[in-house]
Amino acid sequence: MDFGNILSLALGEIATPTTAAYALAALGLAVHFGYSGLLNFGQAGFMAVGAYGFAISTLTFKVPFVVGLLISLLCAVIFALLLGVPTLRLRADYLAIVTIAAAEIIRYIVTTNTLFRITGSADGLSSFQREFDSFNPFPAGTYIFGWSNRDLYVRVVSWIVVILCVVIVWLLMRSPWGRVLKGIREDENAVRSLGKNVYAYKMQALVIGGILGALAGLLFTLPRGSVQPANYATELTFFLWTVLLLGGMSTVLGPVVGAMIFWVVLSLTQNLLAGLIESGAVTFISIVQAGQLRFILVGIALMLLMVFRPQGVFGNKKELAFA
Amino acid sequence: MSTPNNVGNDNIDHMTDTRAIAVGENLPGCKKRDPIVVADNVTRSFGGITAVDVEHLEIPRHKITALIGPNGAGKTTLFNLLTGFDTPNSGAWTFEGNNIAGVSSYKVARMGMVRTFQLTKVMGKLTVMENMRLGASKQPGERLSKALFKNIWGAREREITQQAEVLLKKFKLDAKKDDYAASLSGGQRKLLEMARSLMVQPKLVMLDEPMAGVNPALTQSLLDHIKNLKAEGMTVLFVEHDMNMVRHIADWVVVMAEGRIVAEGPPGEVMKDPAVIDAYLGAHHDVDLGDAEGIRELEAELEADEESIVGTDAAGMIAPEAVEAHLEEEEGK
Ligand SMILES: Nc1ncnc2c1ncn2[C@@H]1O[C@H](COP(=O)(O)OP(=O)(O)O)[C@@H](O)[C@H]1O
Ligand SMILES: [Mg+2]
Repeated sequence: MDFGNILSLALGEIATPTTAAYALAALGLAVHFGYSGLLNFGQAGFMAVGAYGFAISTLTFKVPFVVGLLISLLCAVIFALLLGVPTLRLRADYLAIVTIAAAEIIRYIVTTNTLFRITGSADGLSSFQREFDSFNPFPAGTYIFGWSNRDLYVRVVSWIVVILCVVIVWLLMRSPWGRVLKGIREDENAVRSLGKNVYAYKMQALVIGGILGALAGLLFTLPRGSVQPANYATELTFFLWTVLLLGGMSTVLGPVVGAMIFWVVLSLTQNLLAGLIESGAVTFISIVQAGQLRFILVGIALMLLMVFRPQGVFGNKKELAFA
Repeated sequence: MSTPNNVGNDNIDHMTDTRAIAVGENLPGCKKRDPIVVADNVTRSFGGITAVDVEHLEIPRHKITALIGPNGAGKTTLFNLLTGFDTPNSGAWTFEGNNIAGVSSYKVARMGMVRTFQLTKVMGKLTVMENMRLGASKQPGERLSKALFKNIWGAREREITQQAEVLLKKFKLDAKKDDYAASLSGGQRKLLEMARSLMVQPKLVMLDEPMAGVNPALTQSLLDHIKNLKAEGMTVLFVEHDMNMVRHIADWVVVMAEGRIVAEGPPGEVMKDPAVIDAYLGAHHDVDLGDAEGIRELEAELEADEESIVGTDAAGMIAPEAVEAHLEEEEGK
């Protein structure tokens, strides 16, 4: 078993575009739940809306990259409004139910065979990233960590987007606007009694977190060059919640660190288990089973975390949203 | 919005203004010389219970009005209805002449009618100072379009911070300003909630049991603060059980029982009203024997009345003068 290799594989996960996408989507959840108390269990739906919005407008309507990007974000805004208008005046759990259902509806719609020509059904869509790739400023070659110029390009772009969004969310949350959201998280009637339009604030938070989700959907699919419905199932939403809980939810760095830890741990456990099985030290499970086992381990880790450090790595216990 | 902190346009000092509050007799639902709130036929029922059934009510402007009545009389429900936190089965009411029935709660607050809650609502995970700032109105930084730019909202932020510091000092919370509100005691939370509602610079403050749980050592200064609100041109409507406090600071008392207004008038007068004593006799079965005056009055009342009201706090309700007069009468026989 090559520990050096296992470790470097794991550390390699820190910078992948997928980690960046998870960080960004979890940042959206932090805006929703960590700062505003909105229970969104459909962040995978927002990611799918972003990814498909871009892929379909590029492939079917042949729009340029920037237009596709704007359409993708606009779709997320519309999706947020659709979910928010009927639920945000009601108790918090209504939003939770509606989001989880809506995310599944999105997934079923894009999987329908009838829409094969537009959505590609279960196969999904691909080759919509060409214009994005054409912006790559790095000449062909091998860069640090053995990355190709495209590897480097997608990483640089992904993390620039994440850093920008982190800074924006941080600026928003230290403002009086963010203060109103934090107030709503704790007691929306008290905030109403002080003359603030709670419904409008919740809607704004839902839209902003949704836009972050859609952007995350793009970071998730552009590097891959393909989008498939199977990637946007409910478990994605729950991985994002895991990331959020790991890092701490009322902080902007929490989701980023949480995403990194999540992927490093996932890679470590996978490769360690595989190594143990290959070397014959572990005989009672197969490699395939090991792949499942690591998610069980993630679940256990999450439980331990909730017991011993409920505020996450970065969180402040006194600001814990669900205490 | 005009500045609420003036002493009225007619240059009347509201602290010493002794003009009659009511027009005509002090009957339930009587007209006021200068009402700030006028409510008509407000009803609200929960299932079979009629929680509020108010035919007519006027709250006098620039006065401190106490809303009293036994538990379950409908005081909190009336607060909820007037401030838009609950929807009535019927009724209309105006604030400063504007019809505000059906107006959302946040708009009511913006118009200058701000309430606190019986079950205190402070943001435990925000600091005391942040709680206070949250109360301030007209903050450009609360708009999403301006939130990113501190240079736009920084000045107003400094302004409201100063305003908050003054209030916190008054309410003896200045030492706690950087603590999380969750670390405050129940009484301190009541104080914070009241101070925060003043950050809105309201014209009418509605306090639902502001003294409940407040350290007795603090109540005197809190009473002074409430009186000062009047001096600053505000109108106060508050719910309170402690009759001593009501007697101390209220200019006017409205008594509710079973959803209705059963009596109205100046404190001294209302507390002699048989309807009021009835209302309390019917509903209250706990007496505060820790209070010396309460005991004295209770004893006096016991002697005066064959049908003893021991075990009720109606004793605390009744003005001693009334009882004394009653006693003298008895002795005279
Ligand atoms: N949300 C509610 N649902 C059902 N009944 C309620 C509700 N709110 C108040 N009530 C009832 O209305 C009556 C008046 O209550 P409330 O206004 O809280 O009285 P008070 O504040 O005078 O003690 C009580 O009988 C109470 O049980
Ligand atoms: Mg009450």
